[in-house]
Amino acid sequence: MDFDPILLARLQFAFTVTFHIIFPSFTIGLSAYIATLGALWVRTGKDHYHQLMRFWTRIFAVSFAMGVVSGLVLSYQFGTNWSRFSLTVGNVVGPLIGYEVLTAFFLEATFLGVLLFGFNRVPPWLYVLSGAIVALGTAMSAFWILSANSWMQTPAGYTMKDGIAYPTDWIAVIFNPSFPYRFTHMLNAAYLTTGFVVLAVGARFLLAGRHIEEGRTMLRMAIGLTAVLAPLQLILGDMHGLNTLKYQPIKVAAMEAHWDGSQPGDFEIFAWPDEKTETNRYALSIPNASSLILTHKLHGLFPGLKSVPPSERPPVPLVFFAFRVMVGLGLFMIASALFGAFLWWRGTLFETRWYLAAMSQCWWVGFIAVMAGWVTTESGRQPWIVEHVLRTADANSPVIGESILVTLVLFVLAYGVVFSFGIYYINRLINGGPESPAEIRGPLVGSPIAAARGGGGPIH
Amino acid sequence: MEWYLPVIWAGLIGTAVAMYVILDGFDLGVGILFPFAANERQRDQMMASVAPFWDGNETWLILGGGGLFVAFPRAYAVIMPALYLPVIVMLLALVFRGVAFEFRTVSRSKGWLNFAFSAGSALAAFAQGVILGGLIQGVKVTNGAYAGGALDWATPFALLAGFAMIAGYGLLGATWLTLKTEGAVAERARDQARVLLISVLVFMAAVSLWTPFAEPRIAARWFSVPNIYFLWPVPVVTALTALALWNWIGQRREALPFLAAIALFLLGYLGLVISNFPYLVPPSLTVWDTAAAPASQIFMLLGTLVLLPLILGYVAFVYWLFRGKVREGESYH
Repeated sequence: MDFDPILLARLQFAFTVTFHIIFPSFTIGLSAYIATLGALWVRTGKDHYHQLMRFWTRIFAVSFAMGVVSGLVLSYQFGTNWSRFSLTVGNVVGPLIGYEVLTAFFLEATFLGVLLFGFNRVPPWLYVLSGAIVALGTAMSAFWILSANSWMQTPAGYTMKDGIAYPTDWIAVIFNPSFPYRFTHMLNAAYLTTGFVVLAVGARFLLAGRHIEEGRTMLRMAIGLTAVLAPLQLILGDMHGLNTLKYQPIKVAAMEAHWDGSQPGDFEIFAWPDEKTETNRYALSIPNASSLILTHKLHGLFPGLKSVPPSERPPVPLVFFAFRVMVGLGLFMIASALFGAFLWWRGTLFETRWYLAAMSQCWWVGFIAVMAGWVTTESGRQPWIVEHVLRTADANSPVIGESILVTLVLFVLAYGVVFSFGIYYINRLINGGPESPAEIRGPLVGSPIAAARGGGGPIH
Repeated sequence: MEWYLPVIWAGLIGTAVAMYVILDGFDLGVGILFPFAANERQRDQMMASVAPFWDGNETWLILGGGGLFVAFPRAYAVIMPALYLPVIVMLLALVFRGVAFEFRTVSRSKGWLNFAFSAGSALAAFAQGVILGGLIQGVKVTNGAYAGGALDWATPFALLAGFAMIAGYGLLGATWLTLKTEGAVAERARDQARVLLISVLVFMAAVSLWTPFAEPRIAARWFSVPNIYFLWPVPVVTALTALALWNWIGQRREALPFLAAIALFLLGYLGLVISNFPYLVPPSLTVWDTAAAPASQIFMLLGTLVLLPLILGYVAFVYWLFRGKVREGESYH
């Protein structure tokens, strides 16, 4: 039997990177939320902020651990699965990853230790500051990795010599054309994702009639945040789309399933893009809406898929449907956040049980939207791994298909087990709820080492 | 071409790998010694002694791998495919033992997580030894790309190196426990440290004999004139360090055995560097063959010179913050 090493390498990487992105999408936002709660606690002295901070920090610790170990895997897969990619663009992409390690990973890992175990060993301001440093670290990490990814989409500031990319202008490399849009879009997505998780947990507590005070605080904070960020995401997404149209028009054509560039584009609410006949079947569309969105003119033209040969096109149905999932969930988030804000304004937010019941089930919307967005942009770049620089088919490692298949199976099994347990434990932590003020004595998940011996000297 | 840039980078990555081996070495070692604990309270105590540090320790592994990608992409692109299976096995083992730390604080039944932690630690150590052994015994390269098979690394020497790494990390873990814990855990760790010290010395002797016989270039490096006049202190200092370690354990010293175990590791590491420099991928690719573009190495070097001292500063702060011993019963929850 013959195994296609490229397909297997792609499947394996798609699996590990999709699994990984779940955790940053959550921890980037959650760390910022924890830091905010800490700041509110220090400023107001109100205990329930501190209780919430500790409650979410424990959930953060479990999620962050899964993010760290699955991210470690990726940093090695650039070599194990994509050695020719590393060879060709390592001069340019390598330092971006290097800076991520130096500016973000050490910061997060080290100060998470202080946040988790240091409650009795450091003064409150340093304890809260550690939370803020962890949040800063996660955002810095996003900065560098999105810079690297954006460079693969819209490479700039380099020159090719003997088939190898050499940097010529680091500012142009880091701030490549799609980076500002992708970075803000993803960062906002991470905050939104967390907002909907917090919303769901707050709603769950209110419905169950326990931890009322904390539940209300969570609900207010989550709705206040998402009512601003969800509409903002639409604007950021639109700007990102226009940037993609400028630099990667074929990706946009696939997102819209727009075949013929000589005609204005309709917006397909639903369709089955048929790659063989180069048409859309079963299409339900809004005439000229795509042209209006992308060119801001009713009869504006933008390139169609037929402008390049089929070998140069991404897998159209995948990009098309992933984009629709993302946009659909985005619109749902806007509607539910704004409706929640409306209820809050009416003063009936905490009593509208059907709304709370619906929101308590919607913790997952952000995660799926983020994944769908990444599938759109990564599949939409195909057949290139680095747009117009290196093809995916030329980027893999000299490793036989059997090795990749065996490890792919191992990854699926291992991540399946780890993820199931992770979700189970996070769910248990949520059900446990915040501790009562009387329970808050020792460090968070740690030993009462300092409390018992005063070794580090509690200073507060 | 700046000939010294790759040398500086080799030094920096060598430092990152040494930091990793020592720091994650002791917390992997604690995992390796986990099954020998008498009860759950002792296991809690052992885990508490490393819990605030493990995540930061593991970050040095990302720096080592990432640094190789940054500074020597041609070596990275050969080593990772060549050692594909052991690298992936190491990563999976680290996944299990890493999540075990956090899951264990939440879980009520700890049996499976104890197993995940100790087996993951031992397997990660073993895989790292295999990777090191696989690299030292040489990697087949044609036109700058890996040209061997999927299982070329699987030799008796690589397996020996794998077991050596388990013993070595176990020694670091045992001496860490004598430093950071009290009571029965510390007592047992002292006994374990002596057994592990003897096995580490046997493994070091085996590697020191095996490599010069198997690789003429290594024999020439050590035993040719005038090299031998400069290099004879390395084995002598190693022997003295081992002797001191043995005695310090017997004298129930606390910090000295751990420091001596670190010194022993660094001496072994120095021996490997002497055997193999300037090869990054023995026996064909040197640090100069595999270096990234000077512009990339300089860009990264500037940041490293500013950020690395900062990192070392706050890492040291956290070790200082969590100084002192962990008693039995001082545990999660």
